[in-house]
Amino acid sequence: MSESKSEISIEALRLGDRREFARLVDAYSGPLYRLALKMLGNATDAEDALQNTFLKAFQHVNTFEGRSSLSTWLYRIASNEALMLLRKRRPESTFSDMSTEDENDRNFDPVQFTDWCCLPEEELLSAEARNALDRAVEHLPETLRIVFVLRDIEDLSILETSQVLGLSETAVKTRLLRARLRLREELSSYYSDRLNKRSKE
Amino acid sequence: MSANNQSQCQSLLVFLSDFVDGTLSEELCQEIKSHAAECEHCRIVVDTLRKTISLYHECADEPAEIPGEVRSQLFKTLNLQDYLEPNEGDR
Repeated sequence: MSESKSEISIEALRLGDRREFARLVDAYSGPLYRLALKMLGNATDAEDALQNTFLKAFQHVNTFEGRSSLSTWLYRIASNEALMLLRKRRPESTFSDMSTEDENDRNFDPVQFTDWCCLPEEELLSAEARNALDRAVEHLPETLRIVFVLRDIEDLSILETSQVLGLSETAVKTRLLRARLRLREELSSYYSDRLNKRSKE
Repeated sequence: MSANNQSQCQSLLVFLSDFVDGTLSEELCQEIKSHAAECEHCRIVVDTLRKTISLYHECADEPAEIPGEVRSQLFKTLNLQDYLEPNEGDR
């Protein structure tokens, strides 16, 4: 998140200035909606998460102490909202499976060794490929997905990501690496198929 | 990854994110580069990992916008309709 957003007056928000709230919503709703969409995978849930994020921000703006930036604070609320919606959706039994998978390093060893970097740009970013990119993110365990979305899609630094999620920078780096390796595997699988198809055409 | 240098492949794997982000020490960068020059699998992993990240960055460079109807509904829910001015894209 960038440009004019720093001009939002925290003081005005604290005083309940509705025009300033409207400016806040316009400044941040795009990136926060994208975060919710990437985390939740559907527009209806993303819209709910976005609404809850701003409702909570409005309710709690007096507790914002300015130790982190406004952007980091909003990302924290939005991330929590998205994770909460995901947890509501998930059956209890999958809780332990996800954490076990997350902790096992060997699950992240590369197994795909096709070099697909040579594919032309229009193939790498075709509409179909963009869907494959989105699907791969959806397939990440949520603990890895949130780190990847904040760092590589929303362009937060490692430090900012750690502040948003309340994790150490080391934990963020570990999860980011795992997310990226997992995505590389899935994309390698997709682009290998594309390479094979092109060689037959 | 051949059987002989598989342990080196694995020990370097943990540094790949920092390597691709350009935040790794020069010494470790050199180690990865010389290893990848000899290990075809690791060269491919490094190149395709870099490409994977750059593809997501390219998509993320496109402006993050919310659909007009989502924005209107959001303003309504937040009781901010009075301030619902048209977005630049809607003008």
